Amino acid sequence: MRIPPRYAQNIAVVLLGGATALALAALVFIIAFVMVKGMPAVNLKFLVDSPREMGRSGGIFPAIVGSFILPLAAIAIALPAGVGTAVYLAEYTLENRITRVIRIGTDCLAGIPSIIFGLFGFIFFVTVLRMGWCILSGALTLAIMILPTVIRTSEEAIKAVPRSYREVSFSLGATQWETVWKVVLPNAVPGIMTGVMLSMGRSIGETAAVIFTAGAALRLPTSAFDSVRTMAVHFYLLAREGISLENAYGTAAVLIVSILLINAASYWLMHRFISRRAR
Amino acid sequence: MNADVKIEVRNLDVFIGNTRALRGVTIDVPARSILGIIGPAGSGKTVFLRTLNRLNDLTRGFRATGRVLLDGADILAPGADVVGIRKRVGMLFALPVPLPMSIFDNVAFGPRLAGTRSRRTLRQIVESSLKAAFLWEEVKDRLNTSSLRLSGGQQQRLCLARVLAMEPEVILLDEPCSGLDPVSTARIEEALAELKARYTIILVTNNTKQAARVACNTAFFLMGELVEVGPTSKIFISPSDPRTNDYVIGKFG
Repeated sequence: MRIPPRYAQNIAVVLLGGATALALAALVFIIAFVMVKGMPAVNLKFLVDSPREMGRSGGIFPAIVGSFILPLAAIAIALPAGVGTAVYLAEYTLENRITRVIRIGTDCLAGIPSIIFGLFGFIFFVTVLRMGWCILSGALTLAIMILPTVIRTSEEAIKAVPRSYREVSFSLGATQWETVWKVVLPNAVPGIMTGVMLSMGRSIGETAAVIFTAGAALRLPTSAFDSVRTMAVHFYLLAREGISLENAYGTAAVLIVSILLINAASYWLMHRFISRRAR
Repeated sequence: MNADVKIEVRNLDVFIGNTRALRGVTIDVPARSILGIIGPAGSGKTVFLRTLNRLNDLTRGFRATGRVLLDGADILAPGADVVGIRKRVGMLFALPVPLPMSIFDNVAFGPRLAGTRSRRTLRQIVESSLKAAFLWEEVKDRLNTSSLRLSGGQQQRLCLARVLAMEPEVILLDEPCSGLDPVSTARIEEALAELKARYTIILVTNNTKQAARVACNTAFFLMGELVEVGPTSKIFISPSDPRTNDYVIGKFG
């Protein structure tokens, strides 16, 4: 039996609209749930005070600091390495067996559960290199974890830059590097930023990879070799150890708002960058 | 070496993969004049042009034998300074490709690569180049706006200004007017007529009338071979080869 096109059209609209509504509903429900449960615990003191009694009372200021420092440090490490790899793969090599192996390798890396990265970071950075639980160990581990995302999104962004731009640049006497630096990368920035934002979101919400490598210290870090606790880890420990469910939800609410703020800020920066280039 | 010959091409064979794109091309390009290259699609005109600034190096499977002497030095020789050659041999593409940056930055692209940093010098270069490309009057008040805001014809003149700004010796034009309206085309041709006093220009065109209008000498390519080259009037009025005659009177192509 064939469905007449007229009905098929209506059915498609209903199904697609329903799928969208379902996805949005789940999202809105989670955010609303966390906000309703968490916001009562959030006030200025909660944001700027240090935790007391393991987080049963007091604020979460060190965890907020940790949640920003760790992902930022991870991106500071992963971005040059990832974009460098992407430029090398896209601009400096022809497609061959080695580039395919690198690409398959990064894809596999992207699929590994974060706890494996945590375990690796614990064994390699914390134990073998004797760095201990600290910001640097955590940032390096997170950097390795987000590297595949940065590489793949950057590579796609670089490949999307029109070939004619490169030809123009070369024809004007630019070297390969000048072409990459002045023409290819500026035009790939929006795509690269997408990867950075995805990575930022992934690392700010990460617990498994962080708890093994950056530790869970409650005090404010003073150097890269201090242990730090992120909001995600704080939330996990408060809830898991049954210390304070109210403060756990409060932490979750602050975490969600932080992620929204970071995304909004990145979009704003990106648009500013784009509009400055093409006024 | 003849002082009035800018580029000597000797027995140039070009392969792209297994396809032979040019066979045994030998031609002299006179200095400070316009050489028009005509021929049907697939005759090797563009491949020839892109060999002269080594842009074919970017094409996969490209291989060339023979010699291309620019002022007597073989640009195909191993170890030739490719970047240096491209700075001396500018190119205008079939479709205007303004880089997504301001008008000023587009024109200043070449001079900046050459190491010019002084804002004042750059301004002077940008102004004189835009004037030479007959675009200055239209854009002088909005040099900092995006080049993408210009019309197609303006964009192509911007690209010409960008080539002129790097002060090349040779300018290669690859069907520069194929996407332009008659008025824009006339502007470009006007610019070329003035530029030939200072530059060696090679103009590939699908429009035989354009070659007849602006070229001093004209070469006819067919299936990778140079059939005939000579003064434009001779090529169009009394060509030696019957195939040239058939093409210019419009029997095929």
